Amino acid sequence: MTNVADAPPVQGQMQPPPRLSLSGLIAQTEVDLRLFGMLVALAVILLVFDIISGGQMISPTNMVTLSVQATGIAIIATGMVLVIVSRNIDLSVGSLVGFVAMSYALLMTDWFPNILHLPPDFPLTWAIAVGIGIGIGAGFGAVQGFIIAYVGVPSFIVTLGGLLTIRGLVWYLSQGAAVSGLDPTFQLIGGGAAGSMGATLTWGVGVVGCLAIVWFLFTARRQRRRFAFPVRPMWAEAVIGLVGCLAILGLAAFANANYWPKGLADQYAAANGIAVPAGGLQISTGFPYPIMILIGVTLVMSWIAKRRRFGRYVYAYGGNPDAALLGGINTRWTIMKTYIVMGILCAIAAAIAAARLNGSTLDVGQSYELYVIAAAVVGGTSFAGGTGSIAGAVVGAFVMQSIAYGLSFNGVNSPGQNVVAGIVLILAVGFDAWNRRRSRS
Amino acid sequence: MDGTPLVELQHINVAFGGVHAVQNVTVDLRPGEVVGLVGGNGAGKTTLIRCLSGAHPADSGQILIDGKPVSIANPRDAKALGIETIYQTLALAENIDASANVFLGRELTSRFGDLDDAAMESATRQVMGRLNPNFKNFKTAVVSLSGGQRQAIAIGRAVHFNARILIMDEPTAALGPAETAQVRDLIKQLKSEGIGIFLISHDIHDVFDLADRISVMLHGRLVGTVNKADVTTDEVLAMIIMGKMPQEVTQHDLAELHG
Ligand SMILES: Nc1ncnc2c1ncn2[C@@H]1O[C@H](COP(=O)(O)OP(=O)(O)OP(=O)(O)O)[C@@H](O)[C@H]1O
Ligand SMILES: [Mg+2]
Repeated sequence: MTNVADAPPVQGQMQPPPRLSLSGLIAQTEVDLRLFGMLVALAVILLVFDIISGGQMISPTNMVTLSVQATGIAIIATGMVLVIVSRNIDLSVGSLVGFVAMSYALLMTDWFPNILHLPPDFPLTWAIAVGIGIGIGAGFGAVQGFIIAYVGVPSFIVTLGGLLTIRGLVWYLSQGAAVSGLDPTFQLIGGGAAGSMGATLTWGVGVVGCLAIVWFLFTARRQRRRFAFPVRPMWAEAVIGLVGCLAILGLAAFANANYWPKGLADQYAAANGIAVPAGGLQISTGFPYPIMILIGVTLVMSWIAKRRRFGRYVYAYGGNPDAALLGGINTRWTIMKTYIVMGILCAIAAAIAAARLNGSTLDVGQSYELYVIAAAVVGGTSFAGGTGSIAGAVVGAFVMQSIAYGLSFNGVNSPGQNVVAGIVLILAVGFDAWNRRRSRS
Repeated sequence: MDGTPLVELQHINVAFGGVHAVQNVTVDLRPGEVVGLVGGNGAGKTTLIRCLSGAHPADSGQILIDGKPVSIANPRDAKALGIETIYQTLALAENIDASANVFLGRELTSRFGDLDDAAMESATRQVMGRLNPNFKNFKTAVVSLSGGQRQAIAIGRAVHFNARILIMDEPTAALGPAETAQVRDLIKQLKSEGIGIFLISHDIHDVFDLADRISVMLHGRLVGTVNKADVTTDEVLAMIIMGKMPQEVTQHDLAELHG
């Protein structure tokens, strides 16, 4: 077993941090302390609201609901990270979610049956709808991105215009009407009892997640060994792997402790001829599909941000636009792509929103921009450009949603929640500005 | 001197609004040659070489590489022609680490197009070992490095890609004596490998030590180009300050220089 301390010295090798202090031990694990701190903050927020509610709030059912509510914000926030990191902003996300959600509703209730004359049992209707929605989102993103990157209109103005224009277009799409009655398979995207994976698959996901962590740690270590770079001490790898696996399996167990509502379970029992035991039939929901979508989006976006050229260019541009340009990077195309990615993510979030509502109204996605920007900034994305992490933004989204959920659980109405969310946004940006000023002087 | 020059910049003009930063300047560079480009602040040195590095196209004029006219519209074109540049501003993205900067725009990737950070770090360790063996901060963002370390990264980036033509705009401005000596050795070595180098420096002794020829600019115009062997530092100073060629300089002028 070789670790930093006893490996033969590599030229240019970093000195290991002191071993015997707690901070030294933590430093050796190379854990992202900021992310860790945010997770702790999230736990504290949940606990405080739980205490205020007299221990009523933290339960598997409530936490699954909260998580599903956070998915839309979290998914879009991963894209907002790239946008803010490259020194731009996107205020149009809420309107775009509304537009695409309305498009899904109209596609499935009107355009497919009445214009394309697709029969109701046409296969993969939901997938076709999602594909079209993603195309619409990418299209709007491309137009806004083009105006920002190639025409040179500031992103604040373009997307502020987008916020108004696209929201207005939602009205024209449906002539002001709310639309409901979506494809049953599409509705599963929104979660709920039916839209969850059930106990077995949830455990399966947990196990796959554990294997993925181990594989990831192993390949990262092998990669560094290939060049004889310093590696983490073996105990640190083990601790990270163990904590990661326990967290994943714990979440799986927690989600599996959430059961179908009694009415649905009884219906299911009747339909399948199962005798209902005393105390009701307990069917685990496990992870809802929207959570799985969020996990997938987070992984893909992290991979794009860290392991792909595009992500590297976004960060480099944010750090120094001039340097990116002189490095030969096509900076305009890079910026335009961030908005295309945003559009795609909005379309995914819109699918979850429409599926949850089983339709769409004129104000789906309203004030998403505020929550999404707050999520990104709370998660460590800086308006100075160049810094921000995908995982941080997802945690930030959970922080924002936990505050909203906790307030509402304790009887604060939605205007009151908006007041708090707005203040949190200003505090988070203010903290970022203060932090930057402090580190500069 | 015979053979086709490696680079010819002919009748280059660049204006920013009403400011004629470069006016009708013609210079050239041969393989294995160091041409010192000197002049006071704002003389137009940086603006001139930015035309060659693709950072800012000239308003008019012609660039020839190996005697053939080329068009350099952006930094990618320049790099494709084997032109590497160390910018006076260093042009580093401060939020990413040394190897990400060295390979910025030319990242090494795996078969599937994923960034191969380990390979890039390895190559960066090699080139930095040549420039600044004490450099160890391969995982830290450039923002927390010293000015000299940053400069070493900027130099490393230019050297790593086997340039044929190297532009160095104040490459040692932030370096300590040991590192400066290392860069001098590097320049001599690169020169012996047949690379042509434009060296911009305010240090007249540096220029005299390293350059074969010296081109002097004043107020956007070329005062002239001289062989180092044919002139004294005083004569070059007179070119820089008064814009007078050695044969035009009087005893009185020289006295004034030292006055
Ligand atoms: N981007 C720009 N926009 C406007 N004016 C510029 C720009 N870049 C340079 N200039 C002007 O062009 C002139 C030449 O500047 P340049 O940077 O080429 O000088 P230099 O010889 O490199 O000076 P130094 O030794 O200080 O680096 C100056 O008057 C400067 O103000
Ligand atoms: Mg200059």
